[in-house]
Amino acid sequence: MSALQPSELDRPALARGRSAADADLKSVSAALRRAEFGDRLRTLLLAAPLLILLGLSFGIPIVLLLSRAVYDPTIADALPKTTVALGGWNGQGLPGDDAFAALAADLKDNQAKGTAYELAKSLNARLPGARSQVLKTARKLESADGQAALDAVKSLPFWSAPSTWPTIRNGTHSLTSFYLLSALDLRWNADGSIERVPPEQAIFVQVFLRTFFVAAAVTLATLLLGFPLAYLIASVPKGLAAILIVAVLLPFWTSILVRTAAWTVLLQKFGLVNDFLLFIGVASERLDLMYSRIGLIIAMTHIQLPFTLLPIYSVMRTIPPSQMKAAYSLGAKPFTAFRRVYIPQVFPGVMAGCLLTFILCLGYYITPALIGGASDQLISNFIANYVNVELNWEMAAALSFILLVFTLALFGIFARILGLDRLKLV
Amino acid sequence: MSARQAALPAAAATIAPATQADPVGKGFVEFADVEKSYDGRTFAVTRMNLTVARGEFLTLLGPSGSGKTTTLNMLAGFERPTHGTITLEGQPVDRLPPYQRNIGMVFQNYALFPHMTVEENVGFPLSVRQVGKADIASRVASALDMVRLRQFGDRRPTQLSGGQQQRVALARALVFKPSLVLMDEPLGALDKKLREHMQLEIKQIHTMLGVTIVYVTHDQSEALTMSDRVAVFNNGGIVQLGSPDDLYNAPQSSFVASFIGENNTLEGVVDRVSGAECRVRLNGGGELTALAIGVAQGAPCHVAIRPERLTLTPTAAGGNALPATVDGRIYLGDHLRLLARLASDQVLTVKVGPESTMANGETVTVSCASNDCRAFPADAGSGGAIPKQGKTK
Repeated sequence: MSALQPSELDRPALARGRSAADADLKSVSAALRRAEFGDRLRTLLLAAPLLILLGLSFGIPIVLLLSRAVYDPTIADALPKTTVALGGWNGQGLPGDDAFAALAADLKDNQAKGTAYELAKSLNARLPGARSQVLKTARKLESADGQAALDAVKSLPFWSAPSTWPTIRNGTHSLTSFYLLSALDLRWNADGSIERVPPEQAIFVQVFLRTFFVAAAVTLATLLLGFPLAYLIASVPKGLAAILIVAVLLPFWTSILVRTAAWTVLLQKFGLVNDFLLFIGVASERLDLMYSRIGLIIAMTHIQLPFTLLPIYSVMRTIPPSQMKAAYSLGAKPFTAFRRVYIPQVFPGVMAGCLLTFILCLGYYITPALIGGASDQLISNFIANYVNVELNWEMAAALSFILLVFTLALFGIFARILGLDRLKLV
Repeated sequence: MSARQAALPAAAATIAPATQADPVGKGFVEFADVEKSYDGRTFAVTRMNLTVARGEFLTLLGPSGSGKTTTLNMLAGFERPTHGTITLEGQPVDRLPPYQRNIGMVFQNYALFPHMTVEENVGFPLSVRQVGKADIASRVASALDMVRLRQFGDRRPTQLSGGQQQRVALARALVFKPSLVLMDEPLGALDKKLREHMQLEIKQIHTMLGVTIVYVTHDQSEALTMSDRVAVFNNGGIVQLGSPDDLYNAPQSSFVASFIGENNTLEGVVDRVSGAECRVRLNGGGELTALAIGVAQGAPCHVAIRPERLTLTPTAAGGNALPATVDGRIYLGDHLRLLARLASDQVLTVKVGPESTMANGETVTVSCASNDCRAFPADAGSGGAIPKQGKTK
C-alpha cells in the first residue's frame, strides 16, 4: 500500500531538502533549455520561409495600412507655412492676418504644384463642404499676390467660419486621432475635449452594433442548428458519420460567392422559399427576404454552420460513450447526465465553434453586399467603400483598427475565461 | 496460489447455498432464458440461465466476443435482452432504465468525469439523489478513506495514476451503497503488479461490505483469485459454472481445460470406455487411461493433463506412461519447467521442483495418474475451433 501513496514520514525530509533540490532543478532545467535550443532552432528554420512570407505579405502591409489611421501628413505637407504661422495661435476665435497670409501662400503653391485637390479632399473628410471652398480659393489666388491674396481669402465667409481654423490646425498635426475618433462617432470640439458628433453625422457606432448583432444572431443560429447535428454525427456508426460529415462539408467546398448567389435565387420575392412558404400556408403573402436582415442572417448561418459544427463535433467524438453510461449507472436521469456530464465536457468545443463563427461574421463582406439591404451593411462594407470608392484609406484603416481591437479583445476574454489550451479549434 | 487455496474452505462455505441448483426465483439476480442479438441473425448471448446469490462474487470469464460484456450490459440496463427476463431481488428489471436500477458499475477505462475533482466524482451519485451537502461530504470522505485516497480529494482524475483512478471509480460505484456492483474488466489497463494488488483490495472490500459483485474479465488467473464462482463463457453462452477449484480441477470441456490454467493437450481416439475411465490411443503412438468426459468409443478425443500432474522418471514406469526425451529446461525460481518431447514429436510441459537434475537429451518416462488425465470429445474443440452458434430468427 505504501508504494501507492506518499508516506507521512517522507514529508519533513522533503521539506529539508527542498532548497538544495530547487537549485539542482534549476541547473537541470538550464541544461535542458540548452539541449532543446538546437531543436527549437531547427524547427524555427523549417518554418522560416512561411514566417518570412507572412511577415512581408501580411504583417508589414497590415501595420503600414493601420498606421494610416493615426498618421496623416497630407495637410501638414500641403500647408507648411500655415503650420508655422498657427504655432502661436491659441485656438480661440480667428488667427491673426499672418496665418491668413501663410494660408494664401500655401494655397497658391499647391495650385501651382497641382496638389490642391488632395488637400481639398483631405480637409473635406474632416470638414464637409471644404472641398469646393479650397479649390475655389486656390483658383482665385492664381493671379493674386500679397494684400490682394490676403483679401481674396478673407473675402470668403468659409475662412472666417468658427470650425474652419481649428480643423486646419488639427490637420497640421501629422499624428492624428481624428480618424480613430470618427470611427467611434467622436470628435474633438473647439475647447479641446472629446464629444459625440451630431446624431445626423453619427453612423459607425450603429454599424458596429449592427455588425455585432448580426454576428451574434448567426452564431446563435449555427449553435442551435449545429449542436444537435454534431451530436447525431458523433453518435451514429462510423460509415454514416462519414456521409453526414461530407454532407455538412459539401457546401463548404464551394465558393462563398456561389453560395451567396444561390441564396439570392432562393430568397427573392418570387423565389423558391417564398413559393414554399405560401404553399404550406405559413405565410399569406410573399415576404421580403432578399435585401433584409432576416435573409442576411439565413444566408450567413448556412455559410457558417460548418465552422460552428466541426469544433463541437471534434470534441464530442473524444467523449467515450462510457461517460454517459457511467452517469446513468450512478443514478443520473438522462437530462441530468447531459447537463452535468456531457455539456461541461463539450463546452470548450462549443466555445471554440461559436468564437470562430462570431469572429468570421464580424468580417463578412460579400454576403451583406449581395443579400443585405442598405440598412444591413456591416462594417466591412463600409471599410471596402472607403478603400474602393471614397479613396479615404485613413478612415478605412481607422475602422479596421477598431474592428481588430474589438475582435482581439473578444478573443482575449474568451481565452481568459476558458484558457487558450482548452479552446479546441478542430 | 497458496493464499487462494487457504481461502477456499471459507469461500466454499459462503457460496454453499448459492449453487447452480438454486431454485428459480430465489436468487438475488436471475437470468431466465436471456438472449441478445444485435443484428437479428447472430446472437451475442444465447438462451442464458444464471443465478447470482446475495453477497456472492461471481466472475464472468471468457475470451473477447464470448458474450460476457453483453451479459453485464443487460444487467446494468444499457442493453435490452431480445428474449427472456432478468430479475433483480425478485423484480423484473427489463423495463427499468439504468438510472433506476441502483447498480454500481466500474468501467474498464474508469469513466471518471474529467471535469470534476475526485470528491465531485465520488459525490456525483449522491448529489443526483438529492442527498444533503453535509451528508455527501461525510459519505464521500469515508468512501475515499476506504480506498485510501482521502488526501487526493481535490485533484482531477487526470492527475492520478491508473491505479488511483481505478480506486476512485470503485469508491464512486460503492458510495451510494448499491446492493449489486458490476465491474467490466476494471483492472485491464493496469500493469501486472498493480493488478494483483488491486485484486486483493477489491476482494477485501467485497468481504467488508458484503456487497454482491458481478465481475467481467478475460484473465483466468484474476477470475480464480477473486471469485466465489466463475461462469466461463464461450460463443454467447456459459460453458461451465463453478467454483475456481471446480473449474481448475474438473473442467467439463476441452475449452475450459485449455482456457483455465495451463494444460498439455494430446489428440487421440477412444479405444474403449469402461465406467468413468477410458483408454485412449494417441495419434502419435502410445496409449493413456483417462477420465471419460462425455466421450464415445471410437470417437476422436483430446486428452488434457496439467503440467504439475505429470511426473518424469529416468526409468520406464508401468501404467499411464509415455517415453520421451528432455528437450529444454526453463528455470523459474520456485520451479522448473521441463519440455519432454514424445516419440510423436509432440512436446509436453512438465512442472518439477527446482532441485531436478534431469539434463537436456536425457531419455525419460512421462507418467501421470489416470484420474489426472481428462479425455474430452475432439469436436467440442478448443477455443476458436467451435463453430459459431449463430441462429437465424
